[in-house]
Amino acid sequence: MKNTKHLAASLLLVLALAGCAGEQATKPGAAEEKGGAAAQTAPATEQGAGGAALSEQERMKAQRQAELLAQKRVHFAFDSSAIDDEARAIIEAHAAHLVANPSINVQLEGNCDERGTREYNLALGERRAQAVEKMMKVLGVAGNRIKTVSYGEEKPLCQEHNESCWRQNRRVEIVYK
Amino acid sequence: MIRAAAKWLAMIGMLWAANVHAALTIEITRGVETGTPIAIVPFSWEGAVKPAQNVSDVVGADLTRSGRFAVLPSKDYVSQPHEDKDVVFKDWRILKAEALVIGSVRLVAPGKYQVQFRLYDVFKESQLAGFRYTVGPELLRSVAHQISDIIYQKLTGEPGAFNTRIAYVTLEEPVHARPVYKLQVADSDGFNPQTVVRSTEPLLSPAWSPDGNRLAYVSFEDKRSKVYIQNVADGRRELIAQFAGINSAPAWSPDGKRLALTLSRDGNAEIYVMRLDTRELRRLTHDPAIDTEAAWSPDGHDIIFTSDRAGSPQIYRMSASGGSAERLTFDDDYNARASYAPDGKSIVFVTRQQGNFRIAVMPLNGGPMQVLTDTSLDESPSFAPNGRMIIYATEVRGRGVLASVSADGRVRQLFKFEEGDVREPAWSPYNRDLQYKE
Repeated sequence: MKNTKHLAASLLLVLALAGCAGEQATKPGAAEEKGGAAAQTAPATEQGAGGAALSEQERMKAQRQAELLAQKRVHFAFDSSAIDDEARAIIEAHAAHLVANPSINVQLEGNCDERGTREYNLALGERRAQAVEKMMKVLGVAGNRIKTVSYGEEKPLCQEHNESCWRQNRRVEIVYK
Repeated sequence: MIRAAAKWLAMIGMLWAANVHAALTIEITRGVETGTPIAIVPFSWEGAVKPAQNVSDVVGADLTRSGRFAVLPSKDYVSQPHEDKDVVFKDWRILKAEALVIGSVRLVAPGKYQVQFRLYDVFKESQLAGFRYTVGPELLRSVAHQISDIIYQKLTGEPGAFNTRIAYVTLEEPVHARPVYKLQVADSDGFNPQTVVRSTEPLLSPAWSPDGNRLAYVSFEDKRSKVYIQNVADGRRELIAQFAGINSAPAWSPDGKRLALTLSRDGNAEIYVMRLDTRELRRLTHDPAIDTEAAWSPDGHDIIFTSDRAGSPQIYRMSASGGSAERLTFDDDYNARASYAPDGKSIVFVTRQQGNFRIAVMPLNGGPMQVLTDTSLDESPSFAPNGRMIIYATEVRGRGVLASVSADGRVRQLFKFEEGDVREPAWSPYNRDLQYKE
């Protein structure tokens, strides 16, 4: 919860840098609000210039899509493989990208934080990868283009022993092949 | 048998010599004052070059670590006998020693040492045990552990487990190179480490075969989990499981003929039993939840495992031939990686208490669970073959280390390796090949 303000601040930074989102987590709700505001204000200020407003809307959409695609990791709660709204937006963007580019394949790599037993986490990492796989399939990506692997808690990104580090480690990595 | 052991120990002797500065210290972090008072007279030495291994010091450290003995400081000893004829029991009654150990190490031929020891009951003024061993320098520590086992058995009536080994995984992460994982085997006191497998990808879950000669483990060397079985002495190995999905959590049946495994080849982590002679697989669990971390009861009838079928990881028990599962743990929301005590009457596992992962034991007769540790990230508990100690992995200042705790929780110690991260300990069964007697 403490992270929400931090995320909002990061989001402003991300939008300012437009397309240099890197690995920063963005809050999808905020981005949509901004897009919505643009779509609403455009017709009011530029009467009769509907075409220009639409392309602005499309430009915003493409920009947001690019930001989401730049995020190659989705995160999870402790001992959970449930996909939250933030993860959902990222997975949808990658699924759309895969549908639009039939020649590329993807590997989904499930990971856990250090807490809990290693073998249980190996199974949990797989369940996370499978949760992302299932969603991608629902979104139209053929099953034979997706591979899953679990590293359990064996490949942490961050070595510290605190929640912010643990959250980074509880992830599925989306790796294009 | 003895020759095989001698060869094997000679090999680790050499490795030990090369590794002599990679020191290990054992720190007793929680002790007791109530152990049986015992005096161990430093063994006499006859020969030109003193061997690197001080036999009586190793015996003293073993007995202290067990928590069942209070080794009296040698500076208080009124006399220093090494032979039976020099023992004056009054000297030891003054110190309130209940037992006395004397002995000697003598160079009898180039590279051959004769170790003698005697154990006395101070109050009855009688000898309880006396043995003589003639060995090369590489076997001196093993002989010391055997002496500790004899003393322990004579004075407590239970077998000792000092002359056993532990397997564990180390991780070193050099700044400008790939990480190095090693599956290692050492004496039960952490000395004589020998590298069994080395990899730049993760290794985990070492499991000893019941004869103590082989290890099953999980390796990511092919970028995903696969299960191997490796002979500790000569390094020969077999790939056991490389099905689609995860291949993990190997556990030997007590007869050594079957291996329980966690596989997700059917889409979800389930427990299977493989016959090692035919590689025939039999699926034991059928549940959309995670089922993993199988362990066999000592009689081979039952399997306990971790499942989150009720929403959070808990320990369940089922027949090793299949059927329905019975839930064993109900306290707290995370109980996992259970294994049986050697007598089959209790289990040890990892439990979560207010966000901290700790080691707990629970009798199977319906008694309450007892939490044995008070640290925050304790994992991978395993009983010594005599059931008196449990080795586990914990963390000290962000680094993985091994620790052990007595089964009653009264004595704890840390194994401090100089560098790297140490995890996944597994205590070996008794191994007849390590016994040497004259």
